[in-house]
Amino acid sequence: MAAKRKAEVDQKSCVACGACAKACPIGAVAVWKGMWAKVDTGRCVGCGRCEKACPASVIRMKEVEA
Amino acid sequence: MKKKKWYDYLWIVSATYLILGFFNILFAWIGLLCFFIPLLLAIFGGDKLYCNRYCGRGQLFDLLGNKFHLSRKKDIPGFLRSKRFRYGFLIFFFIMFFQMLFNTYLVFQGTNSLKEAVTLLWTFRLPWNWAYHGTAAPWVAQFAFGFYSVMLTSTVLGLVTMALFKPRSWCVYCPMGTMTQTICKAKYSCMGCGRKKKYRREPLT
Repeated sequence: MAAKRKAEVDQKSCVACGACAKACPIGAVAVWKGMWAKVDTGRCVGCGRCEKACPASVIRMKEVEA
Repeated sequence: MKKKKWYDYLWIVSATYLILGFFNILFAWIGLLCFFIPLLLAIFGGDKLYCNRYCGRGQLFDLLGNKFHLSRKKDIPGFLRSKRFRYGFLIFFFIMFFQMLFNTYLVFQGTNSLKEAVTLLWTFRLPWNWAYHGTAAPWVAQFAFGFYSVMLTSTVLGLVTMALFKPRSWCVYCPMGTMTQTICKAKYSCMGCGRKKKYRREPLT
């Protein structure tokens, strides 16, 4: 079974700037109530753009079983 | 590719603001909007819509760092994103801000005379007399010089961290961002308390 990549946010360290939401090409990341970023894992295609954009480096791409 | 909206061009406003300060310091007053709008959005809206959507400074750093390749795009050091540093910087920023307000008050009272200078990084006093044409009360001008100092200092810090780390590194320790996130967290936990109280008041069945 092929492994897929999904973005994962370390919510405790997230600064909620929204750089990830702007970088996401499909709008699968959003800042939730001004507290931290949340990824819609169902929609995330694992492109890694949010990981690159995150200034606090709190987003990591995690391999999940497809 | 996402379609760009009007608010994606607010970096032009931020850049214009910084440039205007070189010609007439009184334009610095407009910068108060960058203080009040995020706070109001956090207090009444309960989100960081300003950071997420409208912050022209963030957009400017994004543009310079990504489109103009002026950023190394490296991870920010752990201490810069630690809660201790973020809240420490917020407190330091507050102290310097109130000191600036006190300076304005002293000029308003007539105790001190107007200093036509911009203080960069809270240390370096740069003569800025060409940008004041004597058209406002001295305290109005003093606040403008002080406020522009805050804005210019934070821009310089933001540009340095943009170059060294990721484009929007300033957002990690931006005092307004830390403050609005704290408000949002407090607001949400209070809402939680409210719900619990309401829940508790409901009669048991």
